[in-house]
Amino acid sequence: MHNLTIKQMSEKLQSGDITSVQLTQYYLDRISQYDPELNAYVTVTPELAIQMAEEADRRIATGKAELLTGIPVAHKDIFCTDGIKTSCSSKMLDNFIAPYDAHVVTQLKKIGMPILGKTNMDEFAMGSSSESSYYGPTKNPWDHKAVPGGSSGGAAAVIAAGLAPMATGTDTGGSIRQPASFCGITGIKPTYGVVSRFGIVAYASSFDQAGPMTRSAEDSAWMLNAMAGFDERDSTSLEREKTDYTAELERSLEGLKIGVPAEYFGEGLDASVEDVVKKAIAQMKDLGAEVVEVHLPNKDLAVPSYYVLAPAEASSNLSRFDGVRFGYRCEQAEDLNDLYRRSRSEGFGEEVKRRIMVGAYALSAGYYDAYYLKAQKLRRMVRDDFVHAFKQCDVIMGPVAPTSAFNIGEKADDQVSMYLSDLYTIPVNLAGLPALSVPAGFAQERPVGLHIVGPYFSEAKLLNIGHQFQQVTNWHKQMPKQYQ
Amino acid sequence: MSWEVVIGLEIHAQLTTKSKIFSGASTEYGAAPNSQACPIDIGMPGMLPVLNQAVIGKSIMLGLALDAEIGKRSVFDRKNYFYPDLPKGYQTSQFELPIVGQGKLEIELEDGTKKVIGVTRAHLEEDAGKSVHGLVPGQTGVDLNRSGTPLLEIVSDPDMSSAKEAVAYAKKMHELVQYLGICDGNMQEGSFRVDSNVSVRRKGEPLGTRAELKNINSFRFIEKAIEFEVERQIELLESGGKVVQETRLYDAETNTTRSMRTKEEANDYRYFPCPDLLPVVITEEDIKAVKDSMPELPEAKRQRFVSEFGLSEYDAVVLTGSRALAEFFETVVALTGSKDAKLCANWVTSGFAAALNRDGLPVEQAPVTAELLAGMIVRIMDNSISGKIAKQVFEAMWKGEGTADSIIEAKGLKQITDSGVIEALVDAVLGDNPSQVEAYKAGQTKMLGYFVGQVMQASGGQANPSQVNQILVAKLSD
Repeated sequence: MHNLTIKQMSEKLQSGDITSVQLTQYYLDRISQYDPELNAYVTVTPELAIQMAEEADRRIATGKAELLTGIPVAHKDIFCTDGIKTSCSSKMLDNFIAPYDAHVVTQLKKIGMPILGKTNMDEFAMGSSSESSYYGPTKNPWDHKAVPGGSSGGAAAVIAAGLAPMATGTDTGGSIRQPASFCGITGIKPTYGVVSRFGIVAYASSFDQAGPMTRSAEDSAWMLNAMAGFDERDSTSLEREKTDYTAELERSLEGLKIGVPAEYFGEGLDASVEDVVKKAIAQMKDLGAEVVEVHLPNKDLAVPSYYVLAPAEASSNLSRFDGVRFGYRCEQAEDLNDLYRRSRSEGFGEEVKRRIMVGAYALSAGYYDAYYLKAQKLRRMVRDDFVHAFKQCDVIMGPVAPTSAFNIGEKADDQVSMYLSDLYTIPVNLAGLPALSVPAGFAQERPVGLHIVGPYFSEAKLLNIGHQFQQVTNWHKQMPKQYQ
Repeated sequence: MSWEVVIGLEIHAQLTTKSKIFSGASTEYGAAPNSQACPIDIGMPGMLPVLNQAVIGKSIMLGLALDAEIGKRSVFDRKNYFYPDLPKGYQTSQFELPIVGQGKLEIELEDGTKKVIGVTRAHLEEDAGKSVHGLVPGQTGVDLNRSGTPLLEIVSDPDMSSAKEAVAYAKKMHELVQYLGICDGNMQEGSFRVDSNVSVRRKGEPLGTRAELKNINSFRFIEKAIEFEVERQIELLESGGKVVQETRLYDAETNTTRSMRTKEEANDYRYFPCPDLLPVVITEEDIKAVKDSMPELPEAKRQRFVSEFGLSEYDAVVLTGSRALAEFFETVVALTGSKDAKLCANWVTSGFAAALNRDGLPVEQAPVTAELLAGMIVRIMDNSISGKIAKQVFEAMWKGEGTADSIIEAKGLKQITDSGVIEALVDAVLGDNPSQVEAYKAGQTKMLGYFVGQVMQASGGQANPSQVNQILVAKLSD
């Protein structure tokens, strides 16, 4: 059942072959069986899932169902869910139950997608391995010694292990694409502003963007249809005509111009990852695409720029967690400052505190120009690189991450090495561009993704390329043995 | 040694919008604590601000009235600091690119001299909530009803050199924002708050260290607080002390100021552009649309009252003291057929405005409406009643006894214009005062006033005075 495409699942639901309750129960059973070891879910919501599945079945019976009606979904624990804990994998929000749904959650509820639960992540989405979760690290289904990537590591793991057919993720510096690459699944970060941020706990507001995480590009296209769209509650949401992201899936890649940046294949890139990526690009040529060399000369400025700007925004976004109105509050505060200091010291984990400190420092009087403003300038330079490159090509392809999944604990004490694992994904967030990660092979027996970056609003094109690639490859169909 | 006083004011004007600046919650004053705070105002996780567009037009309007530059592209910034009444841990404000740039406001002092005060800028921001003490014994509560209320912070140049100038500026700004209808001006409810930056220096020396006086909710106390603060600083400096940059609170009971917090303890606000809000872009068309919808400004109205209605400068100033009074006057003039604006002005400025003052009522709550007052003035104009009788009628209307006509009817106050009746009264008075008649005829024509008074008295004040005059003169010259 978990090897079906979403469209196939939908057809079975519509034809009455299976019910949503059966489908949902199937995933709930797999979760009970596998998740205690995998630790991909923070919260599982069986009663709610079955109740929603029953409603979906009634709706299917009336013939008013949409394609995704009745198909269960797992939400990253950063999306607020009315009545269900939203922890952001932090002790700070371990007791937090929002009285509202995120826009994305509302959209999927409207369609009738039962909620299986909330997935594990790096605390407040700060990390590239899901190790910084208050609830412990999620394991990579392909190798339990390995990290699933992050911050949407739980989401990637549940898709890879068949513990949900679809999952929501968010991507601030690579948090959808890098775990998608590490877990051998498909994930797309849309253009900034395509999916509403309303109800998503903010990490770095000018970068945060939600997107689908699924087995295939086709599945992602269906899910993006449900997630995307203008929302007046998010001022940065873009008011555009509704797009059907499945419309271009079957288009031929004949004449597609692929830009390959020389800078993305230099020092630091694992040789076997490079091999996988180059082979995948070669296969694109077989599909009719042509390859041109492009340059992104300011690529190395992206990580430093990001690690000033994202923490700066985070330091402000996370100020609301002060122990006063919601979330963790320290015991027996002596006075107001003690309440603030201890609630935050005890409620936040190390990486979150580190980024708050870095961000506050970058914004402080006397340093603002040297750090924050300078980083903004670099951000524009990185964006201009892409604008320039897209004059010569339709899309850019390269690696998602310099390596396949690393081991749990391997980079825990080396922040810079951890930060550098996002060097290919971060430039895309700085520019606000859409980008896709599709499974393209293995390195050290762990999955490797191909990174496809497009111009603004080229999601349909990216999914078309991903889908065509998946017509001639079966990397996306493979599953770790013990989860088959 | 002579001292110079330097004062700049920061005025927070609450904009008259139904909902908050970044959420749909109501801005109504006085609701139960936290009943008007939605998840956005409380700073709940994942909540995002959406700008209430109504604040843009109101800000542009003030900018135009101050002859200021309008920010074609203004940006919201976050001002970061921790405080229990600040739910997000930052206040959304404007720092580098405010919506209103450099402008000016002319003030007039009591002695009639005029002075132009520079306005540095005006920027939009959200209000914080407030701490509530005593509701829960031994604890401090937080009421977030006010959180997110739209404010326009109007910052003056340090152009004022006395408490009187500062108050004249504050009053003028107070009048202006109410005129424009962008702020209700209610100082008790905190809709118009004035913070004063006060420093002193010896003539010719650079600016001294300033103290900020906060949370003073009447013009009288602002004046007293500044006067006290100026004296305090001068005494301090003359005795060899130093002024500390700090915020001071005014205590009306003792008429003193005391330190609230010094700047050393103050925060580094770590301002940066708010990534959740787009820059506000204002086009020439937007500005023109506001210009076209703008009410007449006090100064223009004053000039028009003089030229159009022939009023004295004094009456024009009194009438335009508030937009409501000016509009009341213009309604009365229109309802009386615009024939005697001066008479209308007299009644509005003396009878009507005096009664308002006496009872402490705003124009809107006066028991005598423009229709009622006009109805009475029409009766003065058609000689149905004299000015003196009108005062009686006005008082009766104020007490709610009905229209002028019904009061005149019920009390029998209609003016006597029947010459036969007046002649009889005149004859009686002249007959009763033979010696005075002799005196008049001997050349003491001043006696005429005495006879008029006697006749008016005999008529119960109802005889038409000019007719009485005419008939007396005729009879006395017989």
